[in-house]
Amino acid sequence: MEKFEKLTGVAAPLPMVNVDTDMIIPKQFLKTIKRSGLGVNLFDEMRYDDDGKEKPDFVLNRPAYRNAEILVAGENFGCGSSREHAPWAIKDFGIRCVIAPSFADIFFNNCFKNGILPITLPQSQVDMLMKDAEKGANAKMTVDLEAQTIATSDGEVIAFDVDPFRKHCLLEGLDDIALTLEKGAAIDRFEKTAETRRPWV
Amino acid sequence: MTAPKTLYDKIWDAHLVDEAEDGTCLLYIDRHLVHEVTSPQAFEGLRMAGRTVRAPEKTIAVPDHNVPTTADRLDGIKNEESRIQVEALDRNASDFGINYYPVSDIRQGIVHIVGPEQGWTLPGMTVVCGDSHTATHGAFGALAHGIGTSEVEHVLATQTLIQQKSKNMKVEITGQLRPGVTAKDITLSVIGATGTAGGTGHVIEYCGEAIRSLSMEGRMTVCNMAIEGGARAGLIAPDEKTYQYVKGRPHAPKGAQWEAALAWWKTLYSDDDAHWDKVVTIRGEDIAPVVTWGTSPEDVLPIDGVVPAPEDFAGGKVEAAKRALDYMGLTPGTKLSDIAIDTVFIGSCTNGRIEDLRAAAQILKGKKIKEGMRAMVVPGSGLVRAQAEEEGLAQIFIDAGFEWRLAGCSMCLAMNPDQLSPGERCAATSNRNFEGRQGRGGRTHLMSPAMAAAAAVTGHLTDVREMM
Ligand code: SF4
Repeated sequence: MEKFEKLTGVAAPLPMVNVDTDMIIPKQFLKTIKRSGLGVNLFDEMRYDDDGKEKPDFVLNRPAYRNAEILVAGENFGCGSSREHAPWAIKDFGIRCVIAPSFADIFFNNCFKNGILPITLPQSQVDMLMKDAEKGANAKMTVDLEAQTIATSDGEVIAFDVDPFRKHCLLEGLDDIALTLEKGAAIDRFEKTAETRRPWV
Repeated sequence: MTAPKTLYDKIWDAHLVDEAEDGTCLLYIDRHLVHEVTSPQAFEGLRMAGRTVRAPEKTIAVPDHNVPTTADRLDGIKNEESRIQVEALDRNASDFGINYYPVSDIRQGIVHIVGPEQGWTLPGMTVVCGDSHTATHGAFGALAHGIGTSEVEHVLATQTLIQQKSKNMKVEITGQLRPGVTAKDITLSVIGATGTAGGTGHVIEYCGEAIRSLSMEGRMTVCNMAIEGGARAGLIAPDEKTYQYVKGRPHAPKGAQWEAALAWWKTLYSDDDAHWDKVVTIRGEDIAPVVTWGTSPEDVLPIDGVVPAPEDFAGGKVEAAKRALDYMGLTPGTKLSDIAIDTVFIGSCTNGRIEDLRAAAQILKGKKIKEGMRAMVVPGSGLVRAQAEEEGLAQIFIDAGFEWRLAGCSMCLAMNPDQLSPGERCAATSNRNFEGRQGRGGRTHLMSPAMAAAAAVTGHLTDVREMM
């Protein structure tokens, strides 16, 4: 998994509540053989019209936000199904951090498995960040996971909470597989012994 | 003195890499089988993380679920999504350097048939695959079970699996089977007796005289359906038959390694006083040729029975039986042997091996299938197909009116062009009779290859013993 340490980038404002996983990535895109490549279909129905043309008003279609790396959204973000395609699509688009007053549980967990940092903040602070994000491409925010702070474009600093184990995994870029790989020495030892005990395997 | 162990305990202990304080274990995986449907995202995950396959030489891939079984498949798979999945496997196998049997290779076939056939599956191994019927390989005394896509990625990257240990269950089939009764009847009867949740949380070891008397093909049929009984895996201790089957296969050990392997394999049995969490004993003589009447593999009855009524059941099964009878279009009290069949499917990883084709051909020899019947034989691998042609079995099927197909999962599941239409009733040698499994609205009756062949001739479910 990709590490998450410090991120400075454009934040896109999406002031909607209950953004569900069907909005994030509609089901016709689940037949894919990939986890990557879903970024073009992120928020598909809000982003494109019936003919597949971009809707110019949608935030990620506006010139200032086409390369957004942070998303600021309303409460209950990511509700709906358990599809891991939702964080896959967000990540593939280039967004590594989502800030909202609250998240749906499964989506929240799926984010950590995919190197995305979801940050929960009180509504008032989200409102403040939303305003900052609305300034456009020149207003970059900085998210520092180690320090657990968000710095706005005006230099204002907000602290956030994160589970220590998950923080560790993100900072080190560890997932299930990475954690097992930490036991690489034990696996090596096992393979060595097995080679003498069961060389035919 | 070490404590007495079951076969499962012994294989488990031999593969334990690490045990955490909370009992979570890291288990080493000796063989990882891969097919096109559950693997693309796993390979993609490796790429995104810049990882490699830890042990490509222990990883074996073959496309089977999506591939058409008609001769024109070499011109390209018409269904786009299927074609893309198969092409993805082609590419992943070559990029990561894993062992591969492409569609064009005569050794291609259903992953659970190819593994043993090529000698990849050996006694005492741990074998996993992103497919629930991996239990098949337990016939060799290997600990074999299905895993999900994230676990596929985990095994590709680490050659290990994070696991909790299961309980031990013994299923003993005593005595001998009566004529006309096969491995399929054993495995279906066990599920009929224990239910589809009977093995939940357990690894089953099948033992007893009737199991010992089975060929390796028959043992694979028995273990294949352990999963339908809810078990994590099914096992049969290796013996002379196992060694004979394995010996000389392309990837089986040779020379001094063979001797070393054999010495270890001979220690792979459950100790006399080992502890069992659950024991089921069935007399071989009591097993009849069976068929399923409903939409769960536990809906099993002897062929001389009648369609049951919902009132014959208790609890939640009453509603389930009502729904099943409605879906299957059956009336309680109808003799099972009066149920007319539209289609016969002989194949799948349960019954697509040479012995299965021999058993069916023996019934069909010199006979014709009922007029209007659709019947197909789909050998489990290209090599099974070639052998059946050499033995003259293919000609018997063709003369009887069967379609003689190329290897694949075919009509076992509705992912390739071989499917049932709504309401179409099929006598099938596969393993699942779920609603829609063989095609939307399709009606499946599970049975042995000989019983399926008998049904093809008469046009209705038939007691094969009347034709022997
Ligand atoms: S034959 Fe059927 S059960 Fe076996 S692997 Fe193929 S689809 Fe699964």
